[in-house]
Parts: sequence; C-alpha cells; structure tokens
Amino acid sequence: MGSTFVGMPAFPEAARTQLANAQLRTNLAHATATIRAKRGAAVGELDTWEELRRAGAAIKDQVLRNLDTYLLQLEETLTANGVIVHWAADAAEACTIVAEIAKAHNVNEVVKVKSMVTQEIGLNEALAEDGITAWETDLAELIVQLGDDLPSHILVPAIHRNRSEIREIFVERMAAAGRPAPADLTDDPGMLAEAARLHLREKFLRATVAVSGANFAIADSGTLVVVESEGNGRMCLTLPSVLVSVVGIEKVVPSWADLDVFLQLLPRSSTGERMNPYTSTWSGVTPGDGPQEMHVVLLDNGRSRALGDEVGRQALRCIRCSACLNVCPVYERTGGHAYGSVYPGPIGAILNPLLRGVGDDEQVDSLPYASSLCGACYEVCPVLIDIPSVLVDLRAKVVDARRGGVPKAEAIAMKVAAWTLRKAGRLGAAERAAGLARRLLRHQTALPGGRAGITSLPGPGGSWTAARDLPTPPEEPFRAWWRRTSGGKKGADQL
Amino acid sequence: MVTCVNDAMFPDTGKAVVRLLRRLGVDVEFPSIQTCCAQPMVNTGYLDEAVPVVRTFVSAFASYDAIITPSGSCAGSVRHQHSLVARRSGDPSLAAACAATSPRTYELSEFLVDVLGIIDVGASFPHRVTYHPTCHSLRMLGVGDRPLELLRAVRGIELIDLPSADQCCGFGGTFALKNADTSVAMGRDKADTVCATGAEVLVAGDNSCLVHVGGVLSRAGGDVRVMHLAEILASQEEVSA
Repeated sequence: MGSTFVGMPAFPEAARTQLANAQLRTNLAHATATIRAKRGAAVGELDTWEELRRAGAAIKDQVLRNLDTYLLQLEETLTANGVIVHWAADAAEACTIVAEIAKAHNVNEVVKVKSMVTQEIGLNEALAEDGITAWETDLAELIVQLGDDLPSHILVPAIHRNRSEIREIFVERMAAAGRPAPADLTDDPGMLAEAARLHLREKFLRATVAVSGANFAIADSGTLVVVESEGNGRMCLTLPSVLVSVVGIEKVVPSWADLDVFLQLLPRSSTGERMNPYTSTWSGVTPGDGPQEMHVVLLDNGRSRALGDEVGRQALRCIRCSACLNVCPVYERTGGHAYGSVYPGPIGAILNPLLRGVGDDEQVDSLPYASSLCGACYEVCPVLIDIPSVLVDLRAKVVDARRGGVPKAEAIAMKVAAWTLRKAGRLGAAERAAGLARRLLRHQTALPGGRAGITSLPGPGGSWTAARDLPTPPEEPFRAWWRRTSGGKKGADQL
Repeated sequence: MVTCVNDAMFPDTGKAVVRLLRRLGVDVEFPSIQTCCAQPMVNTGYLDEAVPVVRTFVSAFASYDAIITPSGSCAGSVRHQHSLVARRSGDPSLAAACAATSPRTYELSEFLVDVLGIIDVGASFPHRVTYHPTCHSLRMLGVGDRPLELLRAVRGIELIDLPSADQCCGFGGTFALKNADTSVAMGRDKADTVCATGAEVLVAGDNSCLVHVGGVLSRAGGDVRVMHLAEILASQEEVSA
C-alpha cells in the first residue's frame, strides 16, 4: 500500500493527466450526476432547508469562537466517562500516539472505520513503519486500499472506479489481504458487496484494536458520533476491545440538541438520503459492553492556523458531506486525485491551503486557482461556507506571499494591466495598438456569423488558442466610436 | 459601464446597450474615463493592483443615478468585491465611494426588469436561440429568470431550453489560461449541449463566457454563433409574416 499524495504536481499539470483518462471522465460524470439528482430531491423535500443551513453555520461559528472552552469541557466529560484523552499538535504526534497504543497491546494489525482525519495524517503509512497493518473496512476504502490506489472523493473514495474495475481488484488483490474473493465473482453489485462482507468479517472478529474518526464530539456529555451507511463502522466500534478515535478539534459541538440540525443536514447533503442507515454514538466505556479501553486523540494539524484566518476560518464549519465535490464542474472533469490531497474538490481547494499555509509549496498554492468561481459549491454547502470568496481571498494570500521576490510573468502582466487600466487614455492607446497588431495576424479564420477570428496566438495567448478561436480585435473599439460619433449622435453610423 | 472586454473586443454590444436604453427613454452616458471593474486583478489575487482601477471606477461613475453594465460578472464584481479592494487600500474615502457606487450598479436585465419595470423591450429577432445563464449572473447576482423573461417577449424568437444550463461553461477569467485544459474540457461539454439543441444562436449576458464557448464552438467547425443578450434585445430585425 505505497500510494501517497506526497510529491504530486501542481493542479494544472495533475488535471491534464486526469483529463486524458476517458474512463475516469465517464465514471465521474455518471456518479456525480446521480448523487446530484438524489441530493436535489432529498433537499427539495424540506421547506426549512435554508433555516437548517443557517442554524448549522451558526452552531459551528459559535463553537469556533469559543473553541478553547468547548475543548476543555470535552476533555473533562470524556475523562469522566473513562476515556483517555490525548492532544496532538500535528500529524506526526497523532500517529505516534496511535502507534504507541497499538504497540502497548502488542498487535500487528488494527481495523479502521472510514475516517478523513486518519487519511489526512497518513496514519496507515505511519503504522506500517511500525510493522502494524491498518485495514480499511469501509467498502470503498477497501477498494482503494486493495487497489494500492488513492481516494478521490471524501464520501465515495473509489468514485473513480466502476464495478468491473472493482471486480478485477477483488479477484487480484483480496487473497493477499485475507479471505480471497469467490472464484465465480462477477461484477454484480450484490456479489461484490457479499465478497467484501465475507472478507471484512474475518478482520472484525480477529481485531483487538480499532481506529476511528468522529463526525461530531459532544462537549457536554463526552459523546462521540460516527455517521455511516454500511454498518462496517459499527462493527469496528463495538467488536474490538480497544478503540482509538482521532478527532479534529473543529468537530466539537456543544450538546446533543445540536445533532438535530446536523443529522438532517449531513445525510441529505452527502448521500441524498433523509437519514443515514447507521448512527453510532458512544459516551465512554460501558463495563462488559463494547470496547473496554477508549482513547480520543484531539488533533490540531493546522486547524489553529485556519482559525486565525479571518475569511478562511468558515472552512472549519465543514462537516465533510462532499456536496461541493458533486456539483463542482472542475471536480467532475478532473476527479479528486488532481487536487493532490485526501480533501479534493472545492472544499479541498480551500482547506489544504488553510491547514498548511500558502507561499511554501507550489502544489498547495495552485489549489485556490483550481476553480472557475462558478459558485455552485456555495449554493449547496449545508453550513454556508462561501467557498468562492475564500478562494479569492486565498489567491490574494498566495500572491502576497510571493511579493518581494523575483516576479513571475503573471505578476508583471498584472502590474502592466493595472497601470493601463488606471487611466482611460492608456487603455485607449492599448486598444489602438491591438487594432494595429491585427494587421500582423497571420492565422485568421471566419467565426460563425462572419466575424474574423484568430486561430493561433504566440506566447501565453497560445494557451487560449490551442483549443479555442478568438475574435480578431475590432477596427474601432467602443470608446473610439463614442468619441467619433459624439455618443452615437453624429456620423453615418449614428444610432 | 461598457466593460473593458466589450470596449476593446465587442463594441457592438456596447452600441446595442446604448440603442436599447435610448429606445426605452433612458438618458445614456459613457463617462470616458472609465476602464475596468478590476475583477481580473481581484480574482487572480492582485489586490494592490486592483486599488487604482477601483479608484478610476468610482471617480468615473460617482455622479450617475444608475450604473448599467452588459455583464453579470462585472456587476457582481462591483457589488461584491469593491468593498474588499477598498478595505485593502486602507482608505476610508474609497470605501465610502464604493459604498455609494456598488448598490447603484445593475446588470442589464436587472435594470430593465427591476428598475424600468419593462419585460417587452420592443425587440424582434426571428431566429432559433438558446440561452446560457452565466454563473455570476445566476449565483452572484441572482438575476434568476429575468433574461429569459426578456427573451420570451422578443418577437419572432424561437427560444430552446438548454439542458444543464446552470453548469459553468469553464471560462472563469484567468482560470481559462491558468487551467486551460480543464477550462476547455468544460467548454466542450457546454458546446456539445448547445449544438444538440439545434439552436442557431447561443445567447448569454456575458461576452467573456461567450468568447470562450464561442471559441470552442468555432474550433469544432459548427455554425452556431454567439450573441450578447443586449444585441438581441436591441434587434429590430423584420419578422416575416
């Protein structure tokens, strides 16, 4: 399982590779259109949807404003419930804590509930270095893990795979990881699920230590909540005797009453269901029932940095529903791998730079630009994260972080544009120059409707004309016409 | 505000706006010190560079009752981004000037429907047309069905629904250059949907989106032409009986 996002190229280059994959484009277009339609129907049923969104955002904002208080309360209630609470400043600390717990129990494997945060910290790879295998038990995560692949979606990590690809992975890879796939396995979804069920059940029954994340952590009762579809999560949460939950510090909510809002928002936004099939909640150790040793690792890993960002902190409201991925026209074409992170799509384009900071890494800095700013993400976000505004703000932070060094061609172009656009006279001169330059253009065509067009431009303009024609600049720009005709009131071509 | 793109590349759109508004009895001026709304700088992250451009905007338009622009994107930038640029400048007088000009800025269809209260602008355009709602007009401004209402009232027009109309065309300003491959992939899907409608003309309220989809359509060798909403609303082409 050696696949990693480390060292991925910047978005434009990674996207180019993915765009060339016709199978991926087909799989994604089909899958995202299906989920989009389901979400639309499920959300359309509620006439209180906008109120719910505002409530969800307000609860999260209130928590984020008082995060220190709620976290200390959570630590207190968890501890009172018999849970051992750990604090991790970053990924390395969190991985070490989990590995030490596993080693203390002398195990060489753990089972995992689907969790974004353990992907974020690279837990599986870290445990592998200590000789501990982390088995993914979510069906889609299992497909990704067996395929030595990378997740490409927050909710549906194997969304880039179709069922015949999944059958192939099961047939070729399951045996090396435990119970093999049945010899007569077809690509029938029922048969594929049954093969996974039989394979996973052996792992559930064997494991001593389970690792989970949490969708919510309730401060006043010391309760963790995991929301899922398959029931495999509940197997992990109840069968092994030791449970370690890694929880991002933004996951805290004040009380059970707040779940009323989020358990309506989350399933409708993510799977397009009124309710998710399994909601597991646990408030510490219950003697004789379920795990008898529980740990919670409260993880920062850049969240404090994001919280310090006045515009960007709203991203910490995110409940990982992935509605923004499913409506994003960029994500639909490029898939998740192009974002080079376990958090792809619009939320990934803001979350990664916010958690990691900008100005140090070309790949991270490319993410805020991986959007046409169409705004579809903001329209569906259940907690009203204004992703387009955060993207624009992050672009300014990327540019600001690079000011002072050797300017890139783009920075020079923007300075020239700003100088030109400061005075109308300069813009008029630039337009006259373009009007003269049109006589030098050799690659001309007639556009539909008859206007002259350009088929090839030199320099940076070439990235436009590689696949798009461009109208030839007109003989007379608007401002020149206005002046000549005194506002369209004189001359042969007056209005 | 004619916009820099229309000024330099699509003067016919600017002329159409003037003709249309004058026909409806509006006193139209083109303050010639105007240049650009500064959106290209803001959306690429160059806020310092946007400051002088926004200063030029407010000084050009400070004295007018309504600032009308044939672009949902530029209207969106003025209404939602100028305050950010003003804040960046640290100049309270610029912030005050923006607070005065921003709410008086209208995209063309908003001005016609909401301010003038006119749906039938007296246009005629006997062609098969499909309409693409541009993202910023739809989601940033919320123009809703106003452009379609205006188009439905045009004499002789055959308006064909565009499937998945609210899907972005892939232009996205500097996105079209910085992420050209993804932009073109989106543009091709939009162009395919447009061609499948059998329309002769693709109409939208933003020439920047149209130059992108139109460029893809032209390269594909089809004969669908692109036109700005203003040009159809200004048109008084004769409708044969």
